[in-house]
Amino acid sequence: MCRLFAMTSETPVSPMIALEAMDVMREGHDGSGVGLFLRDLGGPFEEIKDAPILSGIFSEAGLRRLDAFMMDIGFMTKYKITIKVPKTPPPGVPKRDIYLIRAYEYPEEWDDYPKEALYDKLLEIRLRLRAMGEEKHDMIVFSFWPDVIMLKEIGDPLQVAHYLKLDRKELHARVIMAQGRQNTNYAINLYACHPFFIQGYASMTNGECTAFTPVREFLLSRNFPGYSGYQSDSEVFTHILHYSQTRLGLDISAYKHIITPLQDAAIADHPNEDLLKQLKHSCRRLIIDGPNCVIGCLPDHSLFMVQDRKKLRPGVVGGRPGRYAFSSEICGLDFAVPDRDKSKDFQPMHLDTVIVGPERQEVSICSQTQPLPLLH
Amino acid sequence: MQPNATITPSTLSVKDLPWQILWHKDKCTLCGRCTAVCPVNAIELGVFRKRRIKVSLEPRGNPASSFDVYHGIRQKTDPAYACVGCATCSLVCPNDAIFPMRSDEADKLRFHINRGGQPRSRGGRRNVPGGILDQIKFIRISMLTDPALDAGRHEFELRTLLGRVLPPEQSLKFLNENGWIPPVREIYPLLIGGMSFGALSPNMWEGLQMGVAYLNEELGMPVRMCTGEGGCPPRLLRSPFLKYVILQIASGYFGWDEIIHAIPEMVEDPCAIEIKYGQGAKPGDGGLLMWHKVNKLIAAIRGVPPGVSLPSPPTHQTQYSIEESVAKMIQSMYMAWGFRVPVYPKISATSTAMAVLNNLTRNPYAGGLAIDGEDGGTGAAYNVSMDHMGHPIATNIRDGYLNLVKVGMQNEIPLFAGGGVGKGGNLAANAAALIMLGASGVQTGKYIMQAAAGCLGSETDRCNICNIGRCPRGITSQDPRLYRRLDVEKVAERVVDLFLAFDTELKKIVAPLGRSTALPIGMSDALGISDYYAAQRLGIQYVV
Repeated sequence: MCRLFAMTSETPVSPMIALEAMDVMREGHDGSGVGLFLRDLGGPFEEIKDAPILSGIFSEAGLRRLDAFMMDIGFMTKYKITIKVPKTPPPGVPKRDIYLIRAYEYPEEWDDYPKEALYDKLLEIRLRLRAMGEEKHDMIVFSFWPDVIMLKEIGDPLQVAHYLKLDRKELHARVIMAQGRQNTNYAINLYACHPFFIQGYASMTNGECTAFTPVREFLLSRNFPGYSGYQSDSEVFTHILHYSQTRLGLDISAYKHIITPLQDAAIADHPNEDLLKQLKHSCRRLIIDGPNCVIGCLPDHSLFMVQDRKKLRPGVVGGRPGRYAFSSEICGLDFAVPDRDKSKDFQPMHLDTVIVGPERQEVSICSQTQPLPLLH
Repeated sequence: MQPNATITPSTLSVKDLPWQILWHKDKCTLCGRCTAVCPVNAIELGVFRKRRIKVSLEPRGNPASSFDVYHGIRQKTDPAYACVGCATCSLVCPNDAIFPMRSDEADKLRFHINRGGQPRSRGGRRNVPGGILDQIKFIRISMLTDPALDAGRHEFELRTLLGRVLPPEQSLKFLNENGWIPPVREIYPLLIGGMSFGALSPNMWEGLQMGVAYLNEELGMPVRMCTGEGGCPPRLLRSPFLKYVILQIASGYFGWDEIIHAIPEMVEDPCAIEIKYGQGAKPGDGGLLMWHKVNKLIAAIRGVPPGVSLPSPPTHQTQYSIEESVAKMIQSMYMAWGFRVPVYPKISATSTAMAVLNNLTRNPYAGGLAIDGEDGGTGAAYNVSMDHMGHPIATNIRDGYLNLVKVGMQNEIPLFAGGGVGKGGNLAANAAALIMLGASGVQTGKYIMQAAAGCLGSETDRCNICNIGRCPRGITSQDPRLYRRLDVEKVAERVVDLFLAFDTELKKIVAPLGRSTALPIGMSDALGISDYYAAQRLGIQYVV
């Protein structure tokens, strides 16, 4: 079983908090890998919120290819973080040439692009870089998006963090998501590591999606280039989130109605019966099954957590106004926000969606039995 | 027969027949029940002459012989009266003195049951036991990475949808704009396939309807039953139970005059309308009700004169192309019920099924597609059609589903699979395999007759005389002396039994796969088979 930790804080904090919290929960993961998602960045990135940041791992040759490719399109490097690593990596961590975090200036001719077109372009570039990397095994690209940094590596989370010297000011962020892997494959593909990201939506999951095959078939058949990859079954949770919000225009409170709809009898008693019935029928192919705790982040910087229909995985949310954390285990929460009112800790059950909005002032809980906001 | 008598080409001995009647003289009470009950009059009272030799014990005494007679059972060897192996004689025998034994080699009867130039026709299924469905295993068992669910205690919702499901974007748009959203029924994924009133006896039909009503009203299982092509009894048409019924219209349009006239008086809409274009057991051939079975009641419901054979044409005659036929008929049927009832076609499995499906994807009204494979049953068809015509259901369903995946319409046009589901007795396993290959639900008729009414028919050609109206169980007979053998209440009870057992078995399959929230349609990663080429063809795992 993997371990998840996410935090949202008014003031930018070091990603080390998340990785140390992960270490507190180390009995729940096997130290086979770590994934990190940082958003609403502090430090130097604070000043360049609109500049897309490319995160990935490159070989020397890959970097040269990247530079040529980006130059060709017209992207100029605006800011970069150089991660200098010791000569020998800790045991289990592969030797890499370059961990890249680089903010770019958009090509001039893109200035007039509407936002949607710009977002599609960014996605397209990330997918092209990924394809180039897969061809020559010289680049791995995690994200290419404004105000978002991602890092994934094989190895024990805390060791990796020390090795990459993640405790640096430039990486401080207000939203942090981290996952400690419990390896279920022999060869670890970094594209199978959580969190997953697409066009501003990120999520990570603890558990296995047993309905993966039909869900993947549905997403692949949407003719949307970003719905691809699927090295991990959990990537579908991110894509369903993206689909429900961007294509269906639904609110986060509807997400759970798509992945784990109410039973027919409960829908009949619901104030939004007609809508829920339509959702259940037409999104039947997106119903997930199996044990899953999903923690996600929306473009407006909200964090949320939902559980599977049977609530088979652990998950708790707690904190104080200004700082809230989402954790697989209470010990992780205790580590990250010790000065909170523990009586207000909340463990979402099978009907709940827990959201901490961008103001970070309260934990809001919506149950599937409650009325939904009107569709826009 | 005398050794020097003339024989004809069709003169057969008992040995040449597929079944030999074994009769024990010492156990027989000569009660005559067996000869009375035999549906094909294969046996008759026999008077046997027997010579007795008496050897004298005196030294020079001569042996003497005398002649005696005894009475017993004689098996007829005329091809028209060949034993069908139903063993109803054994059932009624008070002393277990008689039963049919299968011949130890291929019979010679098969070369002679076309007298008068009439090829053999019969009921039942393709005479080939076994099949690919029984070979499919469920291999993706949830272990430590995701715990298996508890089939007995966790909540399950194993329902399916019948009717055209809109893509999510359209569905929400139409909901907002008050557009027309096609009717969709939430039903149980195992349907009782089309068996007509006429093919089935009134007792059998009533028993099935009662069982279905009980499952719905008392147990909350939304089980649906298709009428087959034979209309629907007038009282059922006007009753609230019509909502559990799928009305079938086929190329003979039998019973539709009655149905159309009943529409204004219907208190509930039917579940759906099935337009039958083909049947797996006899693809390219129409329905057939032999004159033996067309009594006054059947004739009245179907709107025909009694005592005539009712062969439906192989295709719907009113249209000249299948595309047009589908489009027009589907729309007319929608219109008849005010666009509130899903309408879907049923075809026999065929290598051209993908073309039909392709057409349906472009018809916004098509509420699904039922595909009936070569192992489907029938009440009457030519033996050659049953044994040699048709296409297996597994590849047709898989290809259909994958074609829909290609255009992103999987489950929007639900596919229903039929034909040989539960043939080897493994109803739930076969159904689950078809669902994971891509079917939204399965239809079965034969299994229902076997489990709910004790049908004796088999794929090794036992009984299979549904066509002549002499069903020894009273299932497919219109003769009150035969169908009164069938207790309506008991049939209903067995229908309930078999659905409850199926439900438990289905949960026992999906729970270990970690599925419970939705029917695992298209979950092909769970399937494996030890036949390499079948695995390749179906896109499932090859396991040994």
